[in-house]
Formats: sequence, structure tokens, C-alpha cells
Amino acid sequence: MAARQRVADHLNAALCAALAADDRLYVLGQDITDPYGGAFKITRGLSTRFPRQVIGTPISEGGTVGLANGLALAGNRAIVEMMFADFVTLAFDQIVNFAAKSVSMYGRRAPMPILVRCPTGGHRGYGPTHSQSLQKHFLGVPDLDVYEISPFHDYGDLLDGALASGVPSVVFEDKVLYTGWRRPPGTADDLFSYHLIGSWPGTAVARIEEAPPDCVLITPGGVAERTLTAMRELFVRYEISCELYVPARLDPMDVEPILPAAARAGQVVVVEDGTSGGTWAADLAHRLHTALWGRLSRPVRVLCAADSVVPSAAHLEREVLVQAESISTAVLEGRS
Amino acid sequence: MLLIRHFEYALLDLFARGELHGTTHTCLGQEAVPVALRALLSPDDFVFSNHRGHGHYLARFDDPAGLLAEILGRVGAVSGGMGGSQHLRRGRYLSTGVQGESLPVAAGAALHVAHREPGRLACVYIGDGTWGEGAVYEALNMAALWRLPVLVVVEHNGIAQSTPTSAAMAGTIAGRAAAFGVAHHYVGTDDVPTIRQSLDEPVGRVRAGAGPLVVEFATQRIGPHSKGDDSRPPEELDRLRATDWYQRYRGPVFQRLDAEQRSRVAEVVRDVTARPPARPGTSSSLVVVEEEQWQRANA
Ligand SMILES: Cc1ncc(C[n+]2csc(CCOP(=O)(O)OP(=O)(O)O)c2C)c(N)n1
Repeated sequence: MAARQRVADHLNAALCAALAADDRLYVLGQDITDPYGGAFKITRGLSTRFPRQVIGTPISEGGTVGLANGLALAGNRAIVEMMFADFVTLAFDQIVNFAAKSVSMYGRRAPMPILVRCPTGGHRGYGPTHSQSLQKHFLGVPDLDVYEISPFHDYGDLLDGALASGVPSVVFEDKVLYTGWRRPPGTADDLFSYHLIGSWPGTAVARIEEAPPDCVLITPGGVAERTLTAMRELFVRYEISCELYVPARLDPMDVEPILPAAARAGQVVVVEDGTSGGTWAADLAHRLHTALWGRLSRPVRVLCAADSVVPSAAHLEREVLVQAESISTAVLEGRS
Repeated sequence: MLLIRHFEYALLDLFARGELHGTTHTCLGQEAVPVALRALLSPDDFVFSNHRGHGHYLARFDDPAGLLAEILGRVGAVSGGMGGSQHLRRGRYLSTGVQGESLPVAAGAALHVAHREPGRLACVYIGDGTWGEGAVYEALNMAALWRLPVLVVVEHNGIAQSTPTSAAMAGTIAGRAAAFGVAHHYVGTDDVPTIRQSLDEPVGRVRAGAGPLVVEFATQRIGPHSKGDDSRPPEELDRLRATDWYQRYRGPVFQRLDAEQRSRVAEVVRDVTARPPARPGTSSSLVVVEEEQWQRANA
């Protein structure tokens, strides 16, 4: 079996392989060069190996994504690291108005192979401007794909596929995953196994092999870890078996592979860490209701972060963000 | 210059007749800028144009039919009718409608050029009002820092939509360029040969790797901002029109050339207005063939 690997090292290795495979690929961002190697060390060593391709930029989020757009127009590919996902709002114009629109607004499909990496989410005490999950602001934009990494998906595969598609993309990376472990192929842990289903980039399905699920949980990569904890507790304490679906691409999202299990289980909970209102989870819940109307025994539940900025103090932060306990509570409440 | 002039007159005429949908910003009065630059730019240079880009396009491609078809949404349109007046793409030419947005993009194209195609450059057209956008400064900073071959062409016509420069800009464009250590060149004439001569050497320096250059053209917009929306007092417009280059030329040669371009544009209008509506994916075949060649060269 392959040695255990931290998610951060996995990302670093995937970026390294991508740069080595394609000398037209650039990685741009603030403080990403050595010896610093990025605020979360994801780019460590890369500028030393690929000095022409890895470029440390000024504090200019919009300008840097613009730079990536120019490189893409000229036949290159570019990955931009936002230091924190919160700052991607500063590049919103370049992403939504330039990158995404350029794909189709000139009357024919034009590739715009850029990918914006966004270290997202809380649980670190970084406070309101460094902890928010902004995925929802990029949903429903024509020709813009939104991905989220997970411990179940291969990052190299994600980078290759996203850049090869020619559709610009925003990739959210929950910061708490960086220091955690990748889940080795097949086994999520001693209780749950997992496998990938559906078309590329695939949805990971984690389950207990022998137990038909009472509940289907759907969640992006960062929250998936907390969901697994909740699933363990629900099984051990209440003998409720849950099946977890973790899509790597949040938008556009392929719901087909989830439908049979969701219909069978009857209970479906969609969980995310974005603030409530106009969310990925709400949109997905609506799609599931529409597709499964008449076959669900109860409404699809949506569990989001509170309608609040993310506080700095640990106890306040916990109250706002989705926790394993809030997930198990939601499942238990949904059954009564 | 006469082609551009008559093209823009034709657009205002089509607008007056209710045949023009949406927005269109004519460059009446500013024709000398792209025409002077035509001789200084090669087809391998990137050009980023803006909302007032008809002159930029015509000076580069001499394709009034493709442009008019785009603006009117007819078959043979440069961007299949999807882009309209402000969103054209052909080879290394691209225009877009968000002010300032294309400066960082031009810096990116210039980074590509610096790495792979030394000697070429990325030229980006902006108005004086666009100096209000932060993107301009992020791009100038990066371009100067990395000595990227970016040529910023400023069409300083003294007004942005309805806001005079004096109400929107503290300091000067030269001062702002100086703050980034970026070379600045002022052009106070619309005499094409004089402009070309004065720019030959500075543009050569950009190509040779000296870093970005801001060329500020003193020019004037003698038409409306978009279609019929001029907010300036009639006296001021009269004053501007009195110094318009078009008024300066007389004599039989000018008369002949003027009549030629006028009838050429009239013919283009007749041709294009008789065409059926465009569908996306039906870009002018010229554009598609060029693009395929370019993509092959890039693969
Ligand atoms: C970001 C942005 N804000 C506002 C507009 C609307 N707009 C279009 S043209 C224009 C004026 C631009 O002025 P200037 O840069 O001086 O160019 P000019 O029109 O004078 O050629 C404005 C405000 C826009 N297109 N983009």
C-alpha cells in the first residue's frame, strides 16, 4: 500500500507533476516562491524547480488573474493561488467578466484554461476576512466551473481535467484538509469504504459495505471530514447508517448518480459551510426535490453555516460553522 | 482615417433610422490614433481594444463588412453576433467592454511574449476616464516590475461618458506613469506621419525589453459618447468640430479619396443590411480560417 500522504503534500506533488509535464503551464500568486513556498506551503519547492513558470506576484488579486487570462489567450495555461479564498472577490471581474465570458462571447468556443485555487473555510480562528466559504458567489456563471478538493479525489487528475476542458475554474480547498491525510483508495477509514462514481471528475461515495443506507448525505470536500465523524457517531450510537456523496465538481453538478440512492434512502441532507441563503446546498436540494418528487418520504434538509461573518474566537466560530454534531443532530431530527 | 470616419457616420445614420440595436461608441475625431499605430504594430503583436474600438479594428483589419455585420447582428459577423460593437476577437486582436480590465490581461500576453516571442508586444487602448480603475495600476506595477513589453495607448479626449477628466482625475497621466517608473510619451498632434516618426524609437525600446510605455494622445471626441447622448454644450462641440482634422483637408485629392470611402461604406451598408441574421458559431469565415492557423501554430 502506498505511504500515507498529507493533503498538502499531495497537492504539492500534483502541481509539481503538472508543471513538469507542460512548460506552458504557469503558477502565479503571492508569496508562493521559495523559501516561503506559499502561506500554506502548497507551492514549496516549485519555484526552485521551475523558476520561469512559478511567479510570485504583488498583492494584486485581480491583476494576477488578469495576467493568467492574458497567458491563456496566448496559448498557455495558468493556475493562480489566492492566499485566502476571501480575497477572490477582488478577482471577481477577471474571473466572471473576462475568463468565463471570453469562452463564448466572441461567437465561437475559445479555450480559457485558467484555474484559481482558493484556500477556504474556517476552524482556524483567522476571523471574518480569512475564513469564509464563498463558493455560492461563483455558481450559475456560464462557462465557469466550480470544484472543491476532497481527501478522496486525486488532485493531479482534477488539475489536468479542469485545464484540459478549456473552461476556467475556481477550485476551493478547505484549509483544514491541508494538514490532514488523504484517504487511500478504497478505504475512508476502518468503518467506511469509498469509491468514485459518475462521469469525470467523479463523486466519492463513502459507506458501510453491508448496511443499506437510512440516510444520504451530500457535501463538498471540506465538510466531508466532519460528515464522516457524524456518520460514525450515528452508526455506533444509533445504528443509523448513512451514505456520503462528495462531488469534486460543485457546478455544473451531475446529480444523476445520486438519485437512486437518495430515492431509496428517503432521507437526504445536503451540508455545506457557506452562509445560508442562495447556496449550493439549496440549489441542489431543489434539484433533488424536482427529480425525486413523490419518492422522498421527507423534505431534503439543508445544513449551512449561520447567516453571520465567521468570528475569530474559537467558541464563537464553532457556533457559526457546521460541526459534526450539527450534522448528526440534523439527521436525527429529520427522522422524528 | 476616411474609412473609419465614414463607417462611424454610417452607424449614426443607422441609429437615427432605428436600425441599430444596443450600444455603439463611435470614435469620430479620434481616427488618427489607430491609423498612426497601424504602421508601428505587426499582426503578431497583441492588441486589446475597448468600447470605442471600431477605429482600432478597422485600422488593423480593413474589414468594415465583418464589423458592421457584428454590430447589426448579421451573417459574416466577426463574433457571430454575440459580441456586438464592444466584443470582437480576431487573431491577436480582442476587445471587451469593462474599463481597465484588459490591462492586466495585456500584461499576461506580454509575459507570454517576453518568454516566447521576444520583439513582439501587447498594445492596450484605454481612455482617460479608465485611469480611475485599480486594474490599471496593478497592471502598470507588474509590467514595470518585470519589464514587460506593454504599450498603453491612452486616448485622452478629455471626457468619460459625461464626466470631464478634470472631475475624475487628480494629477496627470504622466505623473501616474512616473510613479511606477514607466516611460511616458505625449502626442499632441493628429498628423499621422509626425506621430509615427516620434513613436518609432520609443516603441522599438518596448520591443527590445525596456519595459512598458504609456503613450498619451491628446485627441477629441467630436461625436456622442454612445449613439445620441452628448451632454456637452453646443458651443463646446462647435469648438471641437472646428479643429477636427476632417475640416482641415481640402482639394481635389482629398475630395476624391473622401468620395471613394464614402461610397465604399455605403456599399458595405447595402450589402450587410441585406444579409440574414447571424447565429453564434457563424463567425465570418475570414476570422475562422485565421484562428485555425493561429491555433495550429500554437499547438
Ligand atoms: C468598469 C466599467 N465601468 C463603467 C463602464 C461604463 N462606461 C463605458 S465607456 C465609459 C467612459 C469611459 O471613458 P474613457 O476611459 O475616458 O474613454 P472614452 O469613452 O472617453 O473613449 C463608461 C463609464 C464600463 N464600461 N466599465
